[in-house]
Amino acid sequence: MAPQVGLFIPCYIDQLYPQVGIASLKILEHFGADVEYPESQTCCGQPMANTGCTNEVGPLALRFLEIFKSYDAVVCPSGSCVSMVKHHYDEYLGDHPDYKRLKEKTFEFCEYLTGPMGIKKLDGQFPHKVGLHQSCHGLRELRLASSSEVVGEPFGNARELLESIEGVEITTLQRPDECCGFGGTFAVAEEAVSCMMGEDRVYDHEQAGTEVLTALDMSCLMHMDGIIRRQKKPIRVMHIAEIFAECL
Amino acid sequence: MTASKDHILSQLRKQSVPASELPDLQQAELTQQWITYPDLSEQFTELLASIKGLCLRVKNVEEVNQRLAELPVYQESKQICSLIPNCGQPNVNVNEITDPHDFNDVDFAILPGEFCVAENGATWISNDGGPTRTLYFLAQHIALIVPASEVVPHMHAAYERLTFENPSFGTFMAGPSKTADIEQSLVIGAHGARSLTVFLVDDAF
Amino acid sequence: MPSHPKLAEAFVKDKERAKWHDQSLWFVRSKRDKAVHQLPEWELLREQASKIKSYVISHLPDLLEQFEKNATAKGVHVHWARDAKEHNEIVHSILEKHQVKRVVKSKSMLTEECHLNPYLERHGIEIVDTDLGEWIVQLQDKPPSHIVMPAIHIKKEEIGELFHEKLGTEKGASDPQYLTESARQHLRRKFIEADAGITGVNFAIADTGGFVVCTNEGNADLGTSLNKLHIACMGIEKLIPRADDLGVFLRLLARSATGQPITTYSSHFHGPKPDGEMHIVLLDNGRSEISGSDEFRRSLNCIRCGACMNTCPVYRRSGGYSYSNTIPGPIGSILGPAHDTKKHSSLPFACSLCASCTDVCPVKIDLHHQLLTWRKEIRLKGLLPFSKRLSMKMMGWMMQAPRLYQFAGTCARWVVPYLPRFLLYNRFNAWGKQRELPDIPKQSFREWMKKNHDRK
Repeated sequence: MAPQVGLFIPCYIDQLYPQVGIASLKILEHFGADVEYPESQTCCGQPMANTGCTNEVGPLALRFLEIFKSYDAVVCPSGSCVSMVKHHYDEYLGDHPDYKRLKEKTFEFCEYLTGPMGIKKLDGQFPHKVGLHQSCHGLRELRLASSSEVVGEPFGNARELLESIEGVEITTLQRPDECCGFGGTFAVAEEAVSCMMGEDRVYDHEQAGTEVLTALDMSCLMHMDGIIRRQKKPIRVMHIAEIFAECL
Repeated sequence: MTASKDHILSQLRKQSVPASELPDLQQAELTQQWITYPDLSEQFTELLASIKGLCLRVKNVEEVNQRLAELPVYQESKQICSLIPNCGQPNVNVNEITDPHDFNDVDFAILPGEFCVAENGATWISNDGGPTRTLYFLAQHIALIVPASEVVPHMHAAYERLTFENPSFGTFMAGPSKTADIEQSLVIGAHGARSLTVFLVDDAF
Repeated sequence: MPSHPKLAEAFVKDKERAKWHDQSLWFVRSKRDKAVHQLPEWELLREQASKIKSYVISHLPDLLEQFEKNATAKGVHVHWARDAKEHNEIVHSILEKHQVKRVVKSKSMLTEECHLNPYLERHGIEIVDTDLGEWIVQLQDKPPSHIVMPAIHIKKEEIGELFHEKLGTEKGASDPQYLTESARQHLRRKFIEADAGITGVNFAIADTGGFVVCTNEGNADLGTSLNKLHIACMGIEKLIPRADDLGVFLRLLARSATGQPITTYSSHFHGPKPDGEMHIVLLDNGRSEISGSDEFRRSLNCIRCGACMNTCPVYRRSGGYSYSNTIPGPIGSILGPAHDTKKHSSLPFACSLCASCTDVCPVKIDLHHQLLTWRKEIRLKGLLPFSKRLSMKMMGWMMQAPRLYQFAGTCARWVVPYLPRFLLYNRFNAWGKQRELPDIPKQSFREWMKKNHDRK
């Protein structure tokens, strides 16, 4: 029997980008996962935690644990929210007997595909120049790929999976993994710097010839897409799960 | 004074800081990982060039003199000092100088270096603290004379050679003085030497 | 005092300049990358440095006493200062005793922290900063905007203008070579005329009683070798246990700072010259308190390389002055609130939590986690702006009630698509100033699931 996957869809994806949730579900089911979407889920609490409002996070962390603890695996199409659950719940759930197990079984979407599900190659075609934005939390918290600061062998499973698709050409950036400037409430509190960061990332992709800008996190993409659409740039934004789903 | 010392120390002792161990830097698991180079003096020469210094490998002091004579900055120098016997044509008598300020017009100084470090192009120099210490920094151009056998691979090996039991002064000098404080443009000759030439000499001198 | 976002916004307003500033610092970060990737043992070195520093902080009182004993044995006078005021008084009293009128100083962020220059000037002592960048900002009567490259925010044309006015260089001349040469000539005279040299300290060695000062320009060495009196000022956290530890730290420092394999001069001072005098001032100024904090202790590991500034996407685009703190950037945003939480309460939020600082830090300070912890402290101290507090409270409340959350979403989907643009994009919507809002979908993911997904 296939392991039962609890699909963790971050609140903003649920409300603003349902297609990303749908694409993630389709891919997981395509590869034979038994997926359930527990409907009582809301938000992991990251916006409050990152603003310092930890009082508001505790109850949400506990809710999250109760909702997801019975699944064999928890999978989420957002590195940032996964990093919240895996790296920042300790102060709320550190003593909880089920938290350690939850940490171990929570996965970012691509991480789950390439890890436990063992997917190394995707069929189908996507004949586009794709720009891969390395979202910071996936990169430097979850270590889903090598970051440019650290000395060691380069790696990155999501990138490999993307490259395995026929027609995909990943563009080469001047700054391979600089932050886009979203940063949650930072995007609003430090609006000027945030937007300049976003503009610079978009410009880098534009120069590199990116047609489709993708990432493991929709939040970074929401921010950059906001700039792309305001400035009417010829770049389309897609979550990596959407690209995978298009190849099915 | 003692009141402040006591206050600071008692403040520090008041804090509960978890104990933590000092790593043993001689342990093989570490030392095996330190970088190695097939040819130390070649690596040193290359590194020094990359930081705008010049390394010349020569057989003996006579050859140092020949090569010095070919250096345009040496040819143009009016005041020359040397702390190496029979090296260069010094015209400033170092022994007569007691006030380091009197070295202010020295154009070229030929000085001893103890050993070189391949990984970063640095040469260790030490000085007893007399007025000649200033020469290393005040002279417009510098040549360091170092035995060719004295090149170590990296800084760990460098510190294996160094002890600081007595009052002393020593410095790693890596290339000429430089700054990039104006728009990150590299300019050679900030306050110290405008050029640095290291002679690695094969024979004893 | 204006908050970071206000000052940052003003900096970003001059887009061309902000871009130029960003690119100058990215250039330094790229040089750092190139240098560190040549050493396969880089991560191992960081690991050792972090361990050594942790050891130091956990044994600080003993190591300080050991250092004092060994330094004294080599003929050094060791002084202890609780705070900036005491530090300045000590330095002044030494200078006064020697009837010093002119001092040359090499770069020391600690003397900036103590505002030593204005203090000595008030007492009639001329003090000249001899690091080119620091001298430029001194001529402007401003503090450094970066701890390693104090004048990184100033354009060469502006420096040309400043030098023309202050030193009489040619009008309109802005060639860095020419300007540096003028500074060299001018400062040579200052070195020759000075009666004493002040330096900072990069590392002080407990078991030898000596200390190391690193410069590229040679200014620390000129300032101290020409004069009989050398005063070195250091924070108590600058200690390392053994001389061998320098092998680790000197490999890390310059590579992290500027991408050089080592600074041009790494000078090891063990005692005064035979006819000279050497003083060391050990400063606490809040450091002992930080050593007691489990959350922020590791910030004392800092070796002031500036790598976190060079890599910080916010620092690069907002400039050092936007932090209103002696030490700007990520590490400054931790040390600032530790010193005065209220004054610096906006700094921990001047961060997108990208964690690049944590990954470049040669002593492995968990900078972005400490910034996050500061946000929590600021909330606990009641220093978070009301608007942030309220919105997070409401959001927290809504997220605990899935029905309410769904209802809010459904309402938004009904209403938002029909709103005229001016209601969505106005001065209350910081998001929409330069960005489009996402299009509101017809249904949420959970609504889609209900309709389309059958449980098997």
